[in-house]
Amino acid sequence: MSMAKGFALALPLALIAGAALAADTPGLGKPVSEADLAKWDMSVGPDGKNLPAGSGTPAQGAAIFAQKCEVCHGKEGVGGSNAMLANPPGKSDRTMALYVPYATTIFDFTRRAMPWPQPKTLANDEVYALTAYILARNKIIGENDVMNAETLAKVAMPNRNGFVSRYPEKH
Amino acid sequence: MRSKKERLASQLPDVAGNGLVDRRALLGRGMLIAGAAATGVGSSLTGAAAEPLAVDPWSMEPGAPIPPYGVPAKYEDKVVRTLTNPKNEPRTSNARTPHHLLDGTITPNGLHFVVARTGFPDIDPAKHRLVIHGLVKQPLVFDLEALARYPKLTRINFVECGGNSAPLFNKDPVQANVQAIHGLLSCSEWTGVRLSTLLEETGIDPKAKWLLAEGADGPSMNRSIPLAKALDDAMIALYQNGERINPAQGYPMRLLVPGYEGNMNVKWLHRIKLIEEPVMAINETLQYTYRVAGPKIWQFFFPMEVKSFVTHPSPGLTLKGPGFYEISGLAYSGNGRIAKVMVSADGGKSWAQAALDAPVLSKALTRFRVPWRWDGQPVVLQSRAWDEAGNVQPTRSEMFAERGEPKVNVPVVAFPMGHMNVITSWAIDSKGEAKHVYG
Repeated sequence: MSMAKGFALALPLALIAGAALAADTPGLGKPVSEADLAKWDMSVGPDGKNLPAGSGTPAQGAAIFAQKCEVCHGKEGVGGSNAMLANPPGKSDRTMALYVPYATTIFDFTRRAMPWPQPKTLANDEVYALTAYILARNKIIGENDVMNAETLAKVAMPNRNGFVSRYPEKH
Repeated sequence: MRSKKERLASQLPDVAGNGLVDRRALLGRGMLIAGAAATGVGSSLTGAAAEPLAVDPWSMEPGAPIPPYGVPAKYEDKVVRTLTNPKNEPRTSNARTPHHLLDGTITPNGLHFVVARTGFPDIDPAKHRLVIHGLVKQPLVFDLEALARYPKLTRINFVECGGNSAPLFNKDPVQANVQAIHGLLSCSEWTGVRLSTLLEETGIDPKAKWLLAEGADGPSMNRSIPLAKALDDAMIALYQNGERINPAQGYPMRLLVPGYEGNMNVKWLHRIKLIEEPVMAINETLQYTYRVAGPKIWQFFFPMEVKSFVTHPSPGLTLKGPGFYEISGLAYSGNGRIAKVMVSADGGKSWAQAALDAPVLSKALTRFRVPWRWDGQPVVLQSRAWDEAGNVQPTRSEMFAERGEPKVNVPVVAFPMGHMNVITSWAIDSKGEAKHVYG
């Protein structure tokens, strides 16, 4: 009895919200606007559409890197206890140049996950500067190139055409 | 004409070289009768009679109080995960499941493997939210209390890291045990809400082809997942083996994409965004991609393909002299049910079909068993699995014909490549000690 009442209540609410509600599901999700979830929606895809305002250069990034990143990633991104960010030739083939098809990935991961002890504390300018620094250390952009919402998505990563999707998979 | 029973008994010995016995012996007495007749070994092999039985002290006193939450016997304190980062230094932590010390198919929650970038977060379940947005008709937020009222289902599925078994990519066989080589694999009964149920409520924009799933952990780890998979069998898992999901497994909720590589089963799930194209997250570009030749790199390699390995005996589990043993192990496929497992004791020259413990479930661990009379001579044990989709576990040469021969040796905890599913070989010497070899 109470179940039936619950469904009867849920239906009109969901319809008002514009949801395509199936009659046999509870409809207990609360409508939320994209504006109200913007703080969570930090993903940046290859099109760069969701990139924030701000900018940074390799030189600005070098200073931040020395202060916040070097402790794990090593001087200039080499020889640290964690992932090398600028692998010298022959040391490891898992390099940014080979394995990252879009520069937006470097921005996205740095913003969401770094630095390891304080993720999501970098300002957007700092993330652009660090991304620029890493790209320059890997000789993908020039030392004076500025990274921002327009330029970052246009960076041509050298092995973009080397990627082969295994999906949809063969069975 | 002989009776069915006679025919069965005559078939039992010598199904394959070095003492593999017909799996039907596991069903009843056939093995003992036929085994003794065929080789002259049997129960007499162990020789001496048992000691006289005394009354033990624990039979002469009351037991301990029953605790609110039970833990394994104190004598089982070696049955633990191996940790690569016990102090949670600023790098990824791996914890490996000790399959050589377990049996059956379900992994205890505390022994489930873990790969975590920064340990596990302390999430208040009352404040945790799951948002579904992007290319939907209406973005919706769900809390745990709401999700608990949705129709749920229970399913048994394995989860395996894309880098599990990577030590087999070494040029030379690493001297390590099952836990080190195959320990980034576990299997649980998961209970939760179908993702498709929630997507019915948000509605789906026809432009949506993928979804981004993201965790609430510090690094907010995320992956792009095909919408087709989400609508097929993806689940928002809330329970693991009957209790709330373990904190290191994603408490209070994780995405389950059965059969797909481990990190796609996003832990601490808090956001799903429907999108047109993959977001190119770190775990689908710099990590969990596989260089096969020159600049060619496989991306979006999702299903964990058919694999098996022998857990008993295996390195560290020394045989105590010639006689009867059961060879057993685990088989599974991200593409469906296991159809068949074959076991060899002579390095692949001859094979015996293994018995599979029921039920054999899709995208779940299956336990296989073969009875074995060991004559004390050196042998090489192998297992090979087939799945219902027709895939067969490759030999080393079959895999490397496609991916290139391994040229280097790396530390046992490194990941030179992923999606490794070749046959594993254990050489047993005349002392009964098992060693990893390439068959």
